[in-house]
Amino acid sequence: MSKKPELKKGDPETTGHSWDGIQEFNNPLPRWWLWTFYACIVWAIGYSIAYPAWPMVNKATAGVLGYSTRAEVAKDIAAVEARNAGINEQLASVELTQISADPELQGYAQNAGGAVFRTWCAQCHGSGAAGAKGYPNLLDDDWLWGGDIEAIHETISYGIRNETNPDARYSEMPAFGRDELLEDEQIEQVVNYVMSLSGTPNDPALVAEGEVVFMDNCASCHAEDGTGDRTQGAPNLTDAIWLYGGDYDALMETVHNARYGVMPEWQDRLSEAEIRAVASYVHGLGGGEATPE
Amino acid sequence: MTNYFKLIALGLVTLFAMIAANYARDAAYMVHAIIIMLLAGGLFLWTLRNTDEPVPAAVLQTDYMDGVVRYGVIATCFWGVVGFLVGTFIAFQLAFPALNFDWADGYANFGRLRPLHTSAVIFAFGGNALIATSFYVVQRTSAARLWGGNLAWYVFWGYQLFIVLAATGYLLGATQSKEYAEPEWHVDLLLTVVWLAYLAVFLGTIIKRKEPHIYVANWFYLSFIVTVAMLHVFNNLSIPVSLFGSKSVQVFSGVQDAMTQWWYGHNAVGFFLTAGFLGMMYYFVPKQAGRPVYSYKLSIIHFWALIFIYIWAGPHHLHYTALPDWASTLGMVFSIVLWMPSWGGMINGLMTLSGAWDKLRTDPVIRMMVISIGFYGMSTFEGPMMSIRAVNSLSHYTDWTIGHVHSGALGWNGMITFGALYFLVPKLWNRERLYSLSLVSWHFWLATIGIVLYAASMWVTGIMEGLMWREVDANGFLVNAFADTVAAKFPMYVVRGLGGVMFLAGALIMVYNLWMTVKRSPAVEADIAASHATPAE
Repeated sequence: MSKKPELKKGDPETTGHSWDGIQEFNNPLPRWWLWTFYACIVWAIGYSIAYPAWPMVNKATAGVLGYSTRAEVAKDIAAVEARNAGINEQLASVELTQISADPELQGYAQNAGGAVFRTWCAQCHGSGAAGAKGYPNLLDDDWLWGGDIEAIHETISYGIRNETNPDARYSEMPAFGRDELLEDEQIEQVVNYVMSLSGTPNDPALVAEGEVVFMDNCASCHAEDGTGDRTQGAPNLTDAIWLYGGDYDALMETVHNARYGVMPEWQDRLSEAEIRAVASYVHGLGGGEATPE
Repeated sequence: MTNYFKLIALGLVTLFAMIAANYARDAAYMVHAIIIMLLAGGLFLWTLRNTDEPVPAAVLQTDYMDGVVRYGVIATCFWGVVGFLVGTFIAFQLAFPALNFDWADGYANFGRLRPLHTSAVIFAFGGNALIATSFYVVQRTSAARLWGGNLAWYVFWGYQLFIVLAATGYLLGATQSKEYAEPEWHVDLLLTVVWLAYLAVFLGTIIKRKEPHIYVANWFYLSFIVTVAMLHVFNNLSIPVSLFGSKSVQVFSGVQDAMTQWWYGHNAVGFFLTAGFLGMMYYFVPKQAGRPVYSYKLSIIHFWALIFIYIWAGPHHLHYTALPDWASTLGMVFSIVLWMPSWGGMINGLMTLSGAWDKLRTDPVIRMMVISIGFYGMSTFEGPMMSIRAVNSLSHYTDWTIGHVHSGALGWNGMITFGALYFLVPKLWNRERLYSLSLVSWHFWLATIGIVLYAASMWVTGIMEGLMWREVDANGFLVNAFADTVAAKFPMYVVRGLGGVMFLAGALIMVYNLWMTVKRSPAVEADIAASHATPAE
């Protein structure tokens, strides 16, 4: 026989059941509990009449308020678009170089461009635009394809080395080692020469031969003095700013296998006003250059 | 004679597993085939050695079958510690991404360890706790030995095999990418068989009960077992790409698949983590308090309301998605109506202590049970609130959800399980009392403060990121990048990790305490009445 717990004086009645000594009081449902439960049910019925809820044969009840989540979002988007329509039109049609001349337009472009940047560009270039390995830093004045607002606008619109836009910026560094254009020895020499250009510690014994290799193979794009050529996106090798790293191993990798950084076109996803806004934003980050006269 | 059939079956399984290991198309499947091959082969040899040997004397059919419950208690402790440890580790991985070690070659990344953590705590820790306590409770409250002889052992070991296969599968990359239902088809099939055996043992015991009525705890356990079987089968309907590979393709696609998944996912919470654990609560709280259950009427009404309403609440996981608005409304409405039926369990649990509130001062085990009911009440209020579309538009996809889940899982499921373990171990190993009540107090405070740190930090960071995501400037442009919100969460991630460390430390103290209870506590003469299947009346 299992032990039954002792009941106390003033305890309510039990149901008379007992399992392994557990009994049950015959207490009624707590009133507040029951009435809250009823209130929830009444509210639920009311809510499901007001909003789309009950599935019928062909479609569900639409609710007397005519609410829909999609319509709600569409309404919000339409309101913002209507509010900004005038200034967007102005932004899309004004001369690029004149955006900064109009303080209102400039302020709007900075806001809008920042939002576009944080949504679409931050994944690669970082939310602070400081870049990462393989993704250029946009805060400095070292530009691969040009840093005036028109050049930036062009880069964003068409992208770089993508296969979707025929106007994408394009150039390709040869894979000097993989394609056996240079001997391993020569690669080692030219890498040491390139390191010497920016004052990076190097093996001075190899620099002289490296210079010969450089002049024969690299200077056509990176220029004889190594300062690069923006018309073909050839980086400046003298400024100690490196996209893929400037130490010996990284440069050996670069010369051996080459690099092929790709950026998508944005023309197909962003409106002209948005592209101009983000171009203006990037131009304003610190390294933007004046458009040559 | 049955041994010959067993030998044939085990031989065939071993042979098939060998063939499967040979033709396996992926690492996970191969490892699984090898595990099954070794297990079936070992069992084959073991059965062979026992064939035609003298049969040991049959066990007394009036004794309760507690061996399997003892194993279940040990498994619960083991998987609990594993699950909490992995959880704490991945919490720090989120704060310090360098902990996704390069040398582990991706195998120990957050993405693989996260399902390992969720499955370890829900299915391995929670599942073992449910199976063990349900076997204990159903015998006592039915005054009957478990039905089906060794079938209960099959359920126990089959379930452990499922856990091992699921865990190794995650690490090796076999997942069907359904939250809380990640195991692939071959593991799902094994679990289906084990689960049906579990249902048979439980139901068989209820059917042969000697008590006139079925105790309320058993209603909850039974609804949990039946519903989980249904959910598991429907959500895992898929077609294997190959008989020798783990990859499968879901039968449902698009929003139908999402809806099936969250019908499953929400009811995994509703029936696994709520109904099942309410079963636990309904036995261990009145036992530990030594008081009758507060209201029989309330238990009936809230039971039926809970199981009827819970099953419809799943769509609230899919607000503002491709799911049609009407389904989303219904999910929300049912979630709100669910509030009171959920609280019925809380009232019945807490009010059972009326007349015994003084025990809170003296008995840390009761304190643990009471705080678990408190967390249950809090999360079952928070849940309906978060299901409201307007609240959800802020809370969805944020850490608020993670905090909500953990105040339920750590607070309710964890604490009620700890309470049940503290109750069970002295009884199962015939000890007079626990080794140390002050260690139970330590466990209680470490776990409680750990949960508070966890939940509070996730509220802060969840609401913060929700607000940051929707913040727009005067022109209607978004102010923050996603990465900005991630960076802003860092301090809260560290706090959350510390909460995890405290909870884990508490669990380790419990394991030590239980171990010492078995080793050191004074033994009692086996209580004949307690281990015998005798009806109470």
